[in-house]
Amino acid sequence: MIEIRSVRKTFGPLEVLKGISLDVNKGELLCLLGASGSGKSTLLQCINGLEPIQGGEIVVDGVSVHDSKTNINTLRRKLGIVFQQYNAFPHLTALENVALAPRVVAKRGRAEARALAQKHLDHVGLGSKAGSLPSRMSGGQQQRLAIARALAMEPSYMLFDEVTSALDPELVGEVLETMRLLKGEGMTMVVVTHDIGFARESADRVAFLHQGEVCEIGTAADLIDNPQKSQTQKFLRRERQVPLAAVERTVA
Amino acid sequence: MQFQFAQQGLTWHDTYFLAEGLLNTIQLAASATAVGTIGGVVLGWVRTVSVTARVATTPIVDILRSVPMIIQLILANSFLSIMGFSTSPFIFGTVALGAWMSAVTAEVVRAGLLSVPSHYRKSARSLGMNRLQELVHISFPLAFRTALAPWINLVLSLIKDSALAGVIGYVEYMRATQTLITRTHETWILLLGAGLLYFIICYPVSKYSRRLERKIAV
Repeated sequence: MIEIRSVRKTFGPLEVLKGISLDVNKGELLCLLGASGSGKSTLLQCINGLEPIQGGEIVVDGVSVHDSKTNINTLRRKLGIVFQQYNAFPHLTALENVALAPRVVAKRGRAEARALAQKHLDHVGLGSKAGSLPSRMSGGQQQRLAIARALAMEPSYMLFDEVTSALDPELVGEVLETMRLLKGEGMTMVVVTHDIGFARESADRVAFLHQGEVCEIGTAADLIDNPQKSQTQKFLRRERQVPLAAVERTVA
Repeated sequence: MQFQFAQQGLTWHDTYFLAEGLLNTIQLAASATAVGTIGGVVLGWVRTVSVTARVATTPIVDILRSVPMIIQLILANSFLSIMGFSTSPFIFGTVALGAWMSAVTAEVVRAGLLSVPSHYRKSARSLGMNRLQELVHISFPLAFRTALAPWINLVLSLIKDSALAGVIGYVEYMRATQTLITRTHETWILLLGAGLLYFIICYPVSKYSRRLERKIAV
């Protein structure tokens, strides 16, 4: 379980997280929605300690993430994260990308790490790409590779930071499909997304962040179909209009 | 009776002398490259760690790369001798050329490290790698790709600058050539030979680097 307790985060004079409290239960998929600058990506990066926090506490399975006594590198093995930019290591083949951390961090043998990597590549449908460099793969494949790489550390939680935002529209589907696959296997996931459709259909709960605070939280059905707060309503209306406006522009 | 030098023209025996000079050139260039590259990688990495580290090391880098090599060689030689280190010209040459190589390599390494996009570092850390593991497996290999071409440039400069080590009494190829010119006055043929020889040493280095560059392209 991930417990987020009144977390505050500032960048200089700018306060991005203003005391956020949130729980992520084992086995659930929690979506974080919110406009750009609402702090959702920052919150995600605080959860695995990539960003320091200025107040509050984040506890993962009873271990405080930002406690100086915590071995953050050990803790991070529990928390897989996939980022918005494709960040497959460009000098390593797909297989080496996945096998690297099991080998150097989890200290597995070379052969064992490669077998594990192949298993995870197969899992996300990239088995045949094992020998390819990332530059020879599409954006969607690179994101699936990043997912496989995180999974190879056998994490208890997976964090997704707008993983489809940088993708061409036709490549979004395969990545979301992989995420649905994980959800089907019972992985606990925190997903930052702009994809209202994905949130509505796959999330167990959805939290709407507004200006560094949790504005509204509830089941996907409740929050998306029947939002209570005016900010949530406004955000959802605007997000839904964007695709429509784009269609209108191309038709006109 | 007219006075005559014992040996005025070039003889086959002189090729041994030149070959020895060639070997000395290669030895000096190789050892200074090794020392300078190791020093440069460490210094270059230190210079990316913090502003304090960068400011503290800037004078060393600036002095070493701005003062002409010939002056550095003579100063290093005199200074080390005054300090009481009396050792072979080979060691003096390695220290002086290696120090210059460290300073210029450090900047190439720093540029290479800075060219690694931060999200690769972040990804590596998020997988549980510590800073050293990240550096060894991600940042250095990626920085190497950027730094390879400019670093080869420096190696080639160093090979040619090793010709200056004659001033501290190290008989490398250029010094050997000058000695023979003094004796034989065969200026043209000897200098042409020297030019050709430096080219023969340098060309494979640049050729190999191009091949390596293609091989590790991402």
